[in-house]
Amino acid sequence: MHIPDGFLDVKTWTTAAAVSAGILGYAITKTKDALNERQVPRMGVMAAFIFAAQMVNFPVAGGTSGHLVGGALAAITMGPWSASLIIATVLIIQCLFFQDGGLTALGANILLMGIVAPFVAHWIYKTLVGDSQDRSRILIGTFVAGWISTFTAALTCTFLIVVSGTVPLNVALPAMAGWHALIGIGEGLITAAVIGYLTQVKSELVFHPERA
Amino acid sequence: MKKGIWVGLIIALLVAAFLSPFASSSPDGLERVAEDKGFLEKGEGKEVLESPIPDYVIPGIPNETVAGSAAGILGTFLTFGAAYGLAKVASSRKHSATGQTPLHQNGKGT
Repeated sequence: MHIPDGFLDVKTWTTAAAVSAGILGYAITKTKDALNERQVPRMGVMAAFIFAAQMVNFPVAGGTSGHLVGGALAAITMGPWSASLIIATVLIIQCLFFQDGGLTALGANILLMGIVAPFVAHWIYKTLVGDSQDRSRILIGTFVAGWISTFTAALTCTFLIVVSGTVPLNVALPAMAGWHALIGIGEGLITAAVIGYLTQVKSELVFHPERA
Repeated sequence: MKKGIWVGLIIALLVAAFLSPFASSSPDGLERVAEDKGFLEKGEGKEVLESPIPDYVIPGIPNETVAGSAAGILGTFLTFGAAYGLAKVASSRKHSATGQTPLHQNGKGT
């Protein structure tokens, strides 16, 4: 879902960059208190894993692929503010070193994948699972959080390219919604698989997370 | 660092090295929509920045699978370092602001 240079007009990308910068700045102050000795290396590992997982595009249908965003995974284990910093780090590395996502679109990509996705996932997970330690409830809640986070990120992406005048809303919306409804299933399944694994090997990350 | 951290990092590196070659090369959702709806060309040749490793393939390595896996391993380390560094800076700012000894100095090497 990485927006390249050229899809966004100047007013849209500058606004998105300003909004993302402001939110990330706030995220740094929000996470300060939660960042203890345990959390610092976890931030690194979570970012590294999401970077690697994002490389593995999975086919969805009809010659289209999707990849994990990781917003739900990071938000459920680390909290939405930490998740924002994690995904933003991944997106910055991808943009600077791997030409994945445009430099002018970086703020927009952080907004949809690094802010909208984790915060939506956090809210859905909190609503559906809360502090429950029931395994099936955790897995179902994780799947739903993953699916909805990808879908809303795609809607945000659609909004940004539409207000940029790149494509009309009635053309972009059904196509973006349709493909990302499918890609979201992949996001939900992968996130649930990883969370399911973590409940076995590192359950405090899921059951008693030090979220921020 | 604790064992869990190493395990996590190794899993990330394994994914980057051994799963990334199996990644689908089909366009992703946004690319596909841009293709179908005729706005893909708006992004062509507009790159503001020339990245050293475009499309996750290290230039100059003849075997594309190896070049991709190497790019994945490099990117995984880079991302780990960047996020670790960011978190460390954020947390040490807190401790210096309150005048406390930074926790990570006490814990170093344990």
